[in-house]
Order: sequence, then structure tokens, then C-alpha cells
Amino acid sequence: MFAYILRRAGTTLPVMAMVAFFIFSLLYLAPGDPAAMIAGDQATPEDLARIRESLGLSRPFLAQFADWSWRVLHFDLGKSIFTGTPVTALIGQRMEATVSLLVMTLITAVLIAVPLGVIAAWKAGSLFDRAIMAFAVFGFSVPVFAVGYMLAWVFALQMQWLPVQGYVPLSEGAWPWLQRLLLPALTMSFGYVALIARITRTTMLEVLQQDYVRTARAKGLASRGVLFVHALKNASVPIVTVIGLGIAMLIGGAVVTESVFAIPGIGRLTVDAILRRDYPVIQGVVLMFSFVYMLINLLIDVSYTLLDPRIRY
Amino acid sequence: MPVPASEAAKQPELLPPVKVRRGWIGFVRRHPTIAIGGGLLLVLVLIGLFAPWLGTVDPSAIAPARRTRAPSAEFWFGTDMLGRDVYSRVLLGTRVSLVVGFSVACIATAIGLAIGLLSGFVRWADGPVMRAMDALMSIPPILLAIALMALTRGSIGNVIIAITIAEIPRVARLVRGVVLSLREQAYVDAAITTGTPTLRIIRRHILPNTIAPMMVQATYICASAMIIEAMLSFIGAGIPPSTPSWGNIMAEGRALWQVKPYIVFIPAVFLSATVLAINLLGDGLRDALDPRVAKGI
Repeated sequence: MFAYILRRAGTTLPVMAMVAFFIFSLLYLAPGDPAAMIAGDQATPEDLARIRESLGLSRPFLAQFADWSWRVLHFDLGKSIFTGTPVTALIGQRMEATVSLLVMTLITAVLIAVPLGVIAAWKAGSLFDRAIMAFAVFGFSVPVFAVGYMLAWVFALQMQWLPVQGYVPLSEGAWPWLQRLLLPALTMSFGYVALIARITRTTMLEVLQQDYVRTARAKGLASRGVLFVHALKNASVPIVTVIGLGIAMLIGGAVVTESVFAIPGIGRLTVDAILRRDYPVIQGVVLMFSFVYMLINLLIDVSYTLLDPRIRY
Repeated sequence: MPVPASEAAKQPELLPPVKVRRGWIGFVRRHPTIAIGGGLLLVLVLIGLFAPWLGTVDPSAIAPARRTRAPSAEFWFGTDMLGRDVYSRVLLGTRVSLVVGFSVACIATAIGLAIGLLSGFVRWADGPVMRAMDALMSIPPILLAIALMALTRGSIGNVIIAITIAEIPRVARLVRGVVLSLREQAYVDAAITTGTPTLRIIRRHILPNTIAPMMVQATYICASAMIIEAMLSFIGAGIPPSTPSWGNIMAEGRALWQVKPYIVFIPAVFLSATVLAINLLGDGLRDALDPRVAKGI
């Protein structure tokens, strides 16, 4: 088991290095000379040369990549061109909103999607099943910002149940925090629910055909118990895999959803950085999200042995 | 003993004859999702093609006197904050979405096919190429497109390139998988043993088997490309604001959405309908081309 974790992490490292290389190359190719930006309008060519030297910009490409990687390993992602604030500090300030949003989405989506998928598989072919499957195609087709405006319009403007926009940190009270996160989280859940419900139904359909499910039923266990304990546990590996892969969709969704609901998170930071062409910030955010995505999927791979003891490495 | 014709007619039929309807009605019966998705997509393609003759006016004609009018008989979808006709803008925006979606689907499929074939046939290239594809796939597609768009100025061509790069790995992986499984087949072995040139093996035995899964994948890529394009335009990193695209119309309607929701909702409905049509078509193709999957899902 431990050897497996090490091996699996070992295969992730080269991919991470490759991702870092891609993202570094992007910044390297970015138009504009960082030295000229620091030096300002009055700089002489000698000043420029000196600054380039001190920044290491005149060194070969691979040497610059090595320097940059070393700094990244020490959590130094450079400074924003516009504010001069370290990128890690910018990300840190906005971490809470985005993490709250992502965790909330994950919880709502799984709580809605898994029961829907299980019931759809149990009642396969019924009207309920067909409605869920129709929703799965539909939910996957509606872009996240359309869902966001629709939900905000119905629940915030028309019904006035929830605030339209904004974010309140958790430290200022759990209820206001939850109130403002609910709509954005539901928005991002929409497509995610469709994805998870679909795979849950498919795997449950397979598992429900197994002999042990019939045995459990035959010995008189309640259907609910059989469905959610016996069957769901054995269907969990593909479901958890899809939940992990869907995180990429959530990260993309967060960038847009935070704009729709005016949430000061990392997604909003990304959008502001693009509009100002703040390359170090864009680079830092993309790198961080990609690493988080890879780490989550690494953890999920490792968790298979806990979910299904038949899987041994 | 010969059975009289009247006697034979009385025999109860064990199975009613299978009546296979031919023609387009039969096709719709057998593949309803292809028919619905394809039909809807056809309508949208026609809208895109004939937009200039569908009662549209100049989409960038500014008229401050009649700005933010609600939808009416004169302005079917109302006017935006600069008095531009939303109906004309949305109809012409169809072109942008369809061009981006179809171009990305075609280019990404072609390049992905080439990379997948290379990876599946050239053993030493397989490892490095697939690690590079894994790395590209580890960056969430929208973020990769955003990072690429940050390097260049916004234009339809650049948006297509950025999204294509993000989608290529999915095709390459698929094709490589198909190639690796086909290489184990006896008929491919036979072709290799008899000295068939590799290119001919690819053309005769490999390509025909990749077409079905690639077509399905291409529809999903097309749908995802349209969503990414709208998202990029919406956050200001996509098509330049001078071109009416659905993402741009929504981005411009944002400031007013609480009072004039239609400016945001109408392009959203069009985008959702287009993506839905393509996804239905993709699901239908998958079921039609691979009957094994059709039973499970």
C-alpha cells in the first residue's frame, strides 16, 4: 500500500514538472519586457541591461526555468506587475472565498447527484429515471453563467430569498456566509450534478445485477439498505473517479461564477489579471490550480484501496 | 401433404413480422436523439448562414435614443444599452459560436489523430508524447485557454487556436487507445507479417476503426469549445467586443441584468440550445455506432 502510494506519486511528479515547464514557457513567451516595466520611462539602455542582469533575464532559457522552479518550490511565484504584491499573498487573501465555494459545491452536488443516480438506477426505465437522464443531458449543456443569472434572477430578484451578490467571510458569521454561498454553489453544482448522477446510475445498474444484491434482497433486507449500503459502496470507485475529474470543470466554473456573483476569490483574481495582462498572477493561478487538481486526483487514486478492498497494488 | 392456402393463413403467427420502417420516418424512430439534435443543429446552422436575410439590421448601429427597449414587435429581442438591436446581434453571434465549435472540433480531431497514431505506432515516442498530453490534460481547459489568450490579442483565430490546444490531448488519448487495441488483432498481425507498408495498414485497418469513436468525441469537443468560447468572451479574454458573439452580448448585458435580464438571457438560451443539440447528436451517434454502450447508459 505504502509502496503503491510512493509509486503513484512518482508517476505524478514528471507530469507536474511538465506542467510547470509549459506554464513557465507561456510566461517566457509573453509579450513585454519585465525589465522595461520595472525601469520605467527614464531608463537608459545601461539601466535596462543592469536590471536584466539582476533579474537573471539574460541567462539561457533552461537556466531561467531552473531558477524559477527553485523559487516555486519555495512558494515564491513572483510579484504582480501592477501592485507589486507577491502572487502567493494575492492568492492567500482570496483563498477562503474560492475554497468555501468549491467545498460547498462539492457537498451540494454529491448530496443531490448520488441519491438521484441511485434512485434512477433502481427505478430504471421509469418516468423518474427518464426525467433524471433528460436532466443529465440538459444540465451538461447549459453554460454555468447562464445558470447563475437564472438562479439569481429567480431566487434573489423575484423571490428575494437570498442576497443577489457578494461574499461575507466565515469569521463574520456562519449564516450570512452560507446565505451568500448557496446560489453560487447551486450554480456550479448544476453541470456537476448531471455528470455525477449519470455515472452513478450507470455503475449502479451494473452492480444491481450482481448475485450478492439478490442474496441481500432475498434474506429480507430493506431495499434502502441494499441500495445505499451494499450496492453503492461497490459502485463507488467510478463515481469517485468522475467526481475527481469533474474538479477541472469546477475550477473553470469558479472563474466565471465568481464574476457573476461578485465573489472576491481566485477566479475573480484571474479575470482581473487577464484584463490587465498581469502575467505573473495568471501564471501563478494556473500553476496552483493545476497542481491542486493533480493532487486531488492522486489522493483519489490512492483512496481506491479503501473504497474497494479487492483493489490491491 | 400440401396445405391449402386458406389453412396456412389461419396458422397463428408465433412472432409478428418485424416491420422495419425505411426512409426518414424509420430513421427518426430508431435514432430519436440524432434526429432531434441534428434537426435543432440544422436550424441553427441555417440561422447562422442566412442571418443577414432574416430581418437583421447592422448589429453595431448605435442609437442612443432607443436604448434598453424591452422586446417588442419592432425589436424582437429588445435593444441593448447602446440602442443596438439584440435580435440582429444574437443571430449574427450564431456564426461565431458555430465557426469556433466546428473549427476546434475539426482541427483538434485532425491533430489529435496524428499524435495518437504516432504514439500508437512509434514505440519510443509513446512515453514522452503521452506524458506531454497528460500534462496538458492536467491544466483545466478553461485556464489553459485563458493563459494562451493572455499571450495574444483577442481574435476568432486566436480563440480557436487556444481552445484547440486544450482539446487535442483528449483525441490523442482516444486514438492511441484504439490503435493499441487494434495492434493486438490477428488481422493487423497478418498484415504486418505479409509486409504491408505501415501507411497502408493505417489507412486500411486502423483509420476505419477510429472514425466512429472520433466522430463522437468531435461532437463533445465542439460543444465544449462553444462553452469555452462564450466563457472567454464573457470574462473579456475572447472575441474582441466589436464582434457580436453570445459571450460578448452577455458580458455587455451584465451591468444591466437586474433590470433588463433579457439581454443576458436570450444569448444564453441560444447557446444552451446549440450545445444541447450537439450533445444530443453526440449521444445519439455513440448509441448508434456502438450498440454495446447503448444498453448500459
